[in-house]
Amino acid sequence: MDQLQRKLRDYEAAMFQQGFLDDQFSQLQKLQDDSSPDFVIEVMTMFFDDSEKLLNNISRALEQIPVNFKQIDAYVHQQKGSSASVGAARVKNICATFRSFCEAQNRDGCVSCLQQLQKEYSQLKKNLQYLFRLQQEFKAAAGSIPTGE
Amino acid sequence: MAAAGEIFRSNLTELLEESHSGDNELHVLAVDDSLVDRKVIERLLKISSCKVTVVESARRALQFLGLDGDGENSDIGFDGVKVNLIMTDYSMPGMTGYELLKKIKQESSVFREIPVVIMSSENVLTRIDRCLEEGAEDFLLKPVKLSDVRRLKEFIMRGEVKDGEKNSLKRRRSSDDCSPSLSTTFSPMRHLCDPPSSLFSPLSPSTLSSKKSRL
Repeated sequence: MDQLQRKLRDYEAAMFQQGFLDDQFSQLQKLQDDSSPDFVIEVMTMFFDDSEKLLNNISRALEQIPVNFKQIDAYVHQQKGSSASVGAARVKNICATFRSFCEAQNRDGCVSCLQQLQKEYSQLKKNLQYLFRLQQEFKAAAGSIPTGE
Repeated sequence: MAAAGEIFRSNLTELLEESHSGDNELHVLAVDDSLVDRKVIERLLKISSCKVTVVESARRALQFLGLDGDGENSDIGFDGVKVNLIMTDYSMPGMTGYELLKKIKQESSVFREIPVVIMSSENVLTRIDRCLEEGAEDFLLKPVKLSDVRRLKEFIMRGEVKDGEKNSLKRRRSSDDCSPSLSTTFSPMRHLCDPPSSLFSPLSPSTLSSKKSRL
């Protein structure tokens, strides 16, 4: 069990160290307690659904002729907002760059940003799903998730 | 319209429960078009022991307050919902948080006295100024943190305590349990020339950054 706990803590720490997650994610963890034991997973699930929708919308919008940069910017703004709200730091940072390209009406820049976004988002989702799995394992073994520092 | 009816029906029950207990609980109306942000703000408020109503648009917020002009409150049969604080996102499709703020402050009734806080992910000086000028109590940078909510709650509660002392006597005399008794002690504070952020702890990041942006 100690090993599992260590694995969990190390993995979580790595996600912060590597910039996948920032302090806002810690804020969300603080909001989880016995009255709302699955809060983080619930929020992240909403974030996943929301993001996938937005990424699809952006992708389709970039295929339009002519490209509606204002609309894309609106989608990216939403994505940036929700990323910030859940502590998805890398995703959020790409959105900032993306918005500049929208403003400059640079389609190639936008396409490149979308690819980066999709890649980062995918990686984040995979990592988080693994983290949640580890937490569930630990919970099953110990009865509660460590709020370890 | 069915949706509005649903909101009113479910809140009528809450209102009736509230009039018998939880007089000291703050009721916050949160407005945000983002599903993720709604979930987070709701949790932030609940964990801070606030009663929360979350809606997805300014329109819905006005409906909830009974200010949408689609009919008088009295037709529905209750005196309006007691809301101690409104927290609204700035950028929303349709009516923005700023427009919602203006609408509320234009009311010539207790609604105008409800403190309104604007939340925004963008630290734009002109935006902040505009909101404060229009009567916003505070401007919070997103993502909103637990410390922001706690700070806000303390500020609102201070006003409510003074008002509660005034009104508990009134309530005992009056047969109407549901009359909104929102604080009127905010008015002297609002007439200060300094922006409301100076009333709060100067060390909070959101007011710091809004102050910084003013320099």
